[in-house]
Amino acid sequence: MEKNKLSSYFLIGLAGVVVLIGPAVLSPYFLMKLYCFMLFACAFNLLLGYSGLLSFGHAAYFGMASYTTGHVMKNWGLTPELGILVGVMCAALMGMVFGWIAIRRHGIYFSMITLALAQMVYFFCLQAPFTHGEEGIQAVPRGRLLGLIDLSATMPMYYFVAAVTGISLWLIWRIVHSPFGRVLESIKENEPRAISLGYRTNRYKLLAFVLSATLAGVAGSLKVLSIQLASLTDVYWHASGEVVLMSLLGGMNTVFGPALGAAILVSMQTYLAQTGSWITIIQGAIFLACVLMFRKGIIGEIIAISKRISAAK
Amino acid sequence: MLTIFGIPSAVLFGQLLVGLINGAFYAVLSLGLALIFGLLNIVNFAHGALYMLGAFVAWILLHFFGIGYWGAIFLAPAIAAIFGMALERLILSRLYSLDPLYGLLATFGLALLIEGVFRQFFGVSGQPYPAPLQLTGGMDLGFMYLPLYRAWVVAISLVVCLAAWLLIDRTKLGAYLRAATENAELVQAFGVNVPALITLTYGLGVALAAFAGVVAAPVYSVNPLMGSNLIIVVFAVVVIGGMGSILGSVITGFALGVVEGLTKVFYPQASTTVIFVIMVVVLMVKPHGLFGRGQ
Repeated sequence: MEKNKLSSYFLIGLAGVVVLIGPAVLSPYFLMKLYCFMLFACAFNLLLGYSGLLSFGHAAYFGMASYTTGHVMKNWGLTPELGILVGVMCAALMGMVFGWIAIRRHGIYFSMITLALAQMVYFFCLQAPFTHGEEGIQAVPRGRLLGLIDLSATMPMYYFVAAVTGISLWLIWRIVHSPFGRVLESIKENEPRAISLGYRTNRYKLLAFVLSATLAGVAGSLKVLSIQLASLTDVYWHASGEVVLMSLLGGMNTVFGPALGAAILVSMQTYLAQTGSWITIIQGAIFLACVLMFRKGIIGEIIAISKRISAAK
Repeated sequence: MLTIFGIPSAVLFGQLLVGLINGAFYAVLSLGLALIFGLLNIVNFAHGALYMLGAFVAWILLHFFGIGYWGAIFLAPAIAAIFGMALERLILSRLYSLDPLYGLLATFGLALLIEGVFRQFFGVSGQPYPAPLQLTGGMDLGFMYLPLYRAWVVAISLVVCLAAWLLIDRTKLGAYLRAATENAELVQAFGVNVPALITLTYGLGVALAAFAGVVAAPVYSVNPLMGSNLIIVVFAVVVIGGMGSILGSVITGFALGVVEGLTKVFYPQASTTVIFVIMVVVLMVKPHGLFGRGQ
């Protein structure tokens, strides 16, 4: 236990150093986008890795939160904390309704249903006037945090995004390691047995779904404030597929592995943006490589190797 | 001009025909999905990409080898089927012992890969593909103008669905297939080569998808992204129909196509979402789908 505590302090310290040094090395814009997607991936993996539910429609919560926050910030002139709150509430509500529908079926049917529901949201966004269709909501104002701190400057915004991401990631870690998280894992391993032990598994699954959608919403709202644009790409099924790949690549049985997956994929997108369709091809190839060769993901494989080494000693 | 509910009959029946055409594609694609799922326990996410592949093979055959529509309608599904069987042997066959989710993820990766390659080499703008000479033009039925090619699409799709149903329900091979779907191990113990049967089934599913692609090519332009939105609708169709029965998926496919066409007439804004709404309603009332069997 002591060793665990030490390594978690080490992790927090490392994250703090990266957040502080990061802007000196890389563009803060890029880093903000990175943090948003890291949170998105970890929120998604709460469902895939810790409840065994593969949602193929998480872009819906991410994208709708980003549209809602963008809309209320731009047209109602709300402060950023209220704007984020409204966006996140929207994602939570959607998660509740969609989750309630989707948990009626198991396994791959669950995936197909979440995908279809997300596609419905996409077509809604394509037609609804407030999203401005193909143009998206542009030049979203960032406003003043609590009416005090002006976020339109880059660095305050950067630290705000880093702080919210950090708190949310800590929350995900707490959820996974809470008694609730343990019940979820037991449902993942053996649902009939969890039922026979007296757990109402559907309630647990629904709550996990809502939590995951809500935290994905936090990521979406942060993203619209960071890059000041809400667009259709955020609700498209490609975004849903990418977040699955982030989790798979980083390691879906680890809490923060998906964050690493997100970092790799977002960097790839940023630096390979000129290569056109090669990104899609590479993503497809990584998907296949992960499924065929290393299903534990990068962090998962590292943990497995280090365990093997310490066992050999 | 004849009007029904205040809508000119030509418009109404025109959209109904478009609905039937889309329904034909839904039916053929969901039939293939159900076949593959039954035996491989994999939801073939690459089905849309393979549909696109079929259309592109037809286009390539025409432009580089001078082989027209009538050759392509046989050749393209055959080529796609060989490609599909190679995929099954090389990739999918390694995943049968795992959670079905991995099959979904692998085929999703395949879909991205195939689509990306075609986008890289052909761009996103569509390539036109002419309908065969014998099927150009149309006839005036009085209440509407019927383009011959569109009527052909509906007819040939029905024939292919019927043929697939006969193959599965009335032949010895089909009997093996159905038996293996119920209990693969037992069938293997009786001396049937189940792995070969699985490969063949995947090939058949892919051939159906590619066939739909060839038939679709003259209706819609040949485009690398033509399959990716379609496959999601087909997933919804499969959830509504349930993957239990062949005839069920065919009926559901055609019916939903017609519903979509009618929505385009009466409330165009909802035409892209109506199938998803129906899916939600069906899940509320019959969670296992209209023709599905509960576990």
